[in-house]
Amino acid sequence: MENQRTIEEIEQQLVDDFALFETWEEKYEYIIDLGKKLIPLSDAFKIDAYKIKGCQSSVWIHSHYENGRVFFEGDSDAVIVRGLVAIVITVLNGQSPTAIAEAPLSFIDAIGLRSHLAQTRANGLSAMLKQMKLEASILGGQSSSHP
Amino acid sequence: MSTGTPYDVHSIRQRFPILNRKVKGKDLIYFDNAATAQKPVEVIDALTQYYSYYNANIHRGLHTLADEATAAFEATREAVKEFIGAAHSEEIIFTKGTTESINLIAAAWGEACLSAGDEIILSSLEHHANIVPWQMVAQKKGATIRVIPMNDQGEMDMAGFHALLNDKTKMVAVVHASNALGIIQPVEEIIRSAHQHGAVVLIDGAQSSVHLDINVREMDCDFYVFSGHKVYGPTGTGVLYGKKHILNSMSPFLGGGEMIKEVSFEQTTYNELPFKFEAGTPNIADVIALRSALAFITELGKSAIRMHEDVLLKYATAQLQKIEGVQIIGEVENKVPVVSFVAAGAHPQDLAYLLDNNGIAVRTGHHCAQPLMKRLGIVGTTRVSFGAYNTQEEVDVFITALEKSLKMLR
Repeated sequence: MENQRTIEEIEQQLVDDFALFETWEEKYEYIIDLGKKLIPLSDAFKIDAYKIKGCQSSVWIHSHYENGRVFFEGDSDAVIVRGLVAIVITVLNGQSPTAIAEAPLSFIDAIGLRSHLAQTRANGLSAMLKQMKLEASILGGQSSSHP
Repeated sequence: MSTGTPYDVHSIRQRFPILNRKVKGKDLIYFDNAATAQKPVEVIDALTQYYSYYNANIHRGLHTLADEATAAFEATREAVKEFIGAAHSEEIIFTKGTTESINLIAAAWGEACLSAGDEIILSSLEHHANIVPWQMVAQKKGATIRVIPMNDQGEMDMAGFHALLNDKTKMVAVVHASNALGIIQPVEEIIRSAHQHGAVVLIDGAQSSVHLDINVREMDCDFYVFSGHKVYGPTGTGVLYGKKHILNSMSPFLGGGEMIKEVSFEQTTYNELPFKFEAGTPNIADVIALRSALAFITELGKSAIRMHEDVLLKYATAQLQKIEGVQIIGEVENKVPVVSFVAAGAHPQDLAYLLDNNGIAVRTGHHCAQPLMKRLGIVGTTRVSFGAYNTQEEVDVFITALEKSLKMLR
């Protein structure tokens, strides 16, 4: 637990990982691979309450709070989006609500996700992150009012 | 009219500047023509020419520029009249697109002609633009919407349609060619039967206007609507054709300048057709350039374009059928050049990403026809649609990219 990496460190790691690929085809292969490996979300959470609006595919994000940290699980019916879900979970999982709220998330531009993925879908990615930040702040707020 | 010279797709391509561009480092392959067509250079030039040489407001000014702009604007109305075989140019109303045309009809015709208990017939294949405006007016007037069922191939069920017709039917509003599946619907039979029951018929020509020979007089539809941007013209241009006596019986849709004859604070007399429905300064530049787009189609010949596109449609269909797990949705003979398909183990959105990475533009999703997708039991499809400038080589590149993408995804 003491070895918990910061969001910035994880983001940098991702940027470095993606820099190893020369073409976008390889980057897609990597994202697809991450998507295939993501642990599926339980069907109980694949409901409207956890669904992210603004994506062409269905995306669900479920979060819970434990010992001052927020944990996420997610899923999508499209595998590239599942890969993106996997990436954002890697970045934000197990962090404090404050760290999530303040996360720079500059990896999206650094990797070129926003410029390479068509706007409408990039908006899906933004919607996902916005929702995760929102949930983190709600979970954090609830916990501080119930110490 | 066709000149009789062989169809030379490569020289046609040279007239479309956008086809020179690269996307993600690859030659652009534009297969999203059912969403919007690319523009030939003469359309782009017409816009520049208007703004550089005779930009002026139309119909009112007495100076040279206003005169030239008015003449050019009205010349498009004549061209549209010829393009769809209308009897009178005042039956052509300019709107900003198919959606606005249908909204105008639903609101203005509905206001004048619908009462509580009346019925409006739509089909299960409609685009949201031919559903929502009718729901809005039906709710306001206490009318009911009835829906023509379809078979599993995506064709309207004509027995089902006949069963819906009755004396309460006031409007039948149906699509000519489905935007999601490309299937051409039996509109002639629909129009004939609806008229026997005294109903008015609107044909949504958004997908048919560019591919099929349209003659509204032979068809005998009461309204025909389409978008300029799908017939190689500028965005923000739409056409509403209506039979003169019906348009005359309707109240105006928007109030303002252009649409009036005399205004006092007590009373306003409305202008005559078509100006009664064209309140305010219209989209002058784009309407003027639309004429160049229609001239482009007429020069090549609709039947020559259709023959070319049909070869692509049949070729693409055959190639797709060879790919394991690919299922074409709506497989019938009578189609505009649209192929919609689903692929086992690949979400349409994933395919859109990977094809785009190969410079290929296709459309994925529910195609603004959610009731249709629900009826078919799918979340969406990948749709490939062809235009006058597409080639068989492009289909080959697409098929190779699709096969590779499926391998990555499965």
